[in-house]
Amino acid sequence: MKGTPFEKKALDNVSMELKKGEFAALIGHTGSGKSTLVQHLNGLLKQDEGQLNVAGLETKGRDLKELRKKVGIVFQYPEHQLFEETVYKDIEFGLLKQNIPDEERRKRILDTAAIMEISESMLHKSPYEISGGQKRRAAIAGILVLEPEILVLDEPAAGLDPSGTRELFDIVTSLYREKKITVILVSHSMELVGDYASRIIVMNKGRIEHDGTPSEVFGMGNKLEEIGLGVPQITKLMARLNEYYPEIARDVYTIEDAQRIIGGILRRGR
Amino acid sequence: MAVSNRAGRDLMIEIKKAEYIYDNHDFPVKAVDDVSLEINTGEFIAVLGRNGSGKSTLARLMNALIIPDSGKVIVLGKDSSEAENVWEIRKNVGMIFQNPDNQIVGTTVIEDVAFGPENLGVEPVEIKKRALKALDMIGIEELRERAPHLLSGGQKQKVAIAGVLAMKPSCIILDESTSMLDPVGRREVLETIRKLNKIENMTIIHITHHMDEACLADRVVVVDEGKIVIQGSPREVFSDVMLIESLGLDVPQVTRLLFNLKKEGLVDDSAVIDIDEAVGKLRALIG
Repeated sequence: MKGTPFEKKALDNVSMELKKGEFAALIGHTGSGKSTLVQHLNGLLKQDEGQLNVAGLETKGRDLKELRKKVGIVFQYPEHQLFEETVYKDIEFGLLKQNIPDEERRKRILDTAAIMEISESMLHKSPYEISGGQKRRAAIAGILVLEPEILVLDEPAAGLDPSGTRELFDIVTSLYREKKITVILVSHSMELVGDYASRIIVMNKGRIEHDGTPSEVFGMGNKLEEIGLGVPQITKLMARLNEYYPEIARDVYTIEDAQRIIGGILRRGR
Repeated sequence: MAVSNRAGRDLMIEIKKAEYIYDNHDFPVKAVDDVSLEINTGEFIAVLGRNGSGKSTLARLMNALIIPDSGKVIVLGKDSSEAENVWEIRKNVGMIFQNPDNQIVGTTVIEDVAFGPENLGVEPVEIKKRALKALDMIGIEELRERAPHLLSGGQKQKVAIAGVLAMKPSCIILDESTSMLDPVGRREVLETIRKLNKIENMTIIHITHHMDEACLADRVVVVDEGKIVIQGSPREVFSDVMLIESLGLDVPQVTRLLFNLKKEGLVDDSAVIDIDEAVGKLRALIG
């Protein structure tokens, strides 16, 4: 809201590059600018200053249709946007808007339904008849069916229970591997971020605080807590153990790595 | 009128072989299936279960939002199926829901908190006193003239808790009230209910699927497919890692780590539920 008393710099001199095929996470306290940044990627918001180039397209002055074809954003609680009579029709909606022909539409819908583990019978149900987890997969299917090169997931597991979360991320991981989509995960769950991202961008008050590998970022420990973030529980454990046993690395963020390191120490002691 | 269980403790809620069936789909769904449970005054209980396990239905039975199709739910000695008891039960057992935005009714925080006692027909002077006291107990007195819809998620839920407190309940049920909050909000709400339990002896029933939250409870009750599968202290429940995972739930990362090390034969007992315990156990082993 530039020029008004409510003007607030949501993004402040943000520069970053994302390579094709990366699985990056965007983390930051509430109000740090993550959602604002993400909404620039498909032109929902236009920057006041600076340049933004997405998948080879400069966004300023750009026809949004082309941009929106390249970037798919799944917002939080995407199932709130389901509105059609059947799941099939809801997934089809975006394809109709892009004037994709009948046969191609049908093929894409069935392929995407298979990837999202949506059964034939579910396709013919009303979105209101299916469970929360199914609704979520249907909503994501509606975006995936447009075959975006970049997929942004904003808290995709919000409200999902642990097994629902695991199922969803298994799907995202196979998508990422098979279709080589670039994924940006916006999440508050450090455990999820640690398990899936190969690169983490940390935002704080509209600025990028750090941009690096999970080892680097989770190794920041206290600094992360100062800016309203945490680290995976396993990282905290290793940092505590490191106080007594300096040979225990602090930048560990998966259970597997922790197990390997501690297991090694326990075996040596025997 | 205090009712006691066999151990001589005061019973807050007694569920006796309760069943509840949802009838509005293609086929009826038994959401709560022959459940019996006793909740004592002053306990901090976590009810854990995956989506669809029946935990929310169980919560709604406990404050008479719904009544069981068979069996009984008795709250402070009163049977929830008797219409004349419902008002009293709802006054004594407050409920906080999942969506912070759906529980706001006032234009200022204090107005929102006063809503409950107003509806109970409390005297105007007393209403204001209760609202201020409730805000103070939660530590959000300085927010009293603020517009609730402009607050953070955690703050909104704290306002909701204050609103329930103003009705002077003996028990508060939180139905996934932290699911939609960021980590800061979650911490704020958990700290609030922990204090209410420890300092005011408020009975807390916390419905969640977050393991780290369940670890704060005195007793964890795990439900699946409408039945209670296991209950006990957090340590007892989470040490059965295989069972917990088979129910679509997770254990804390440190619990998982110790369990894996136990499978490798490197530790003999893996029952840890937080970092402090894990550090203690590993230091003792490493030397």
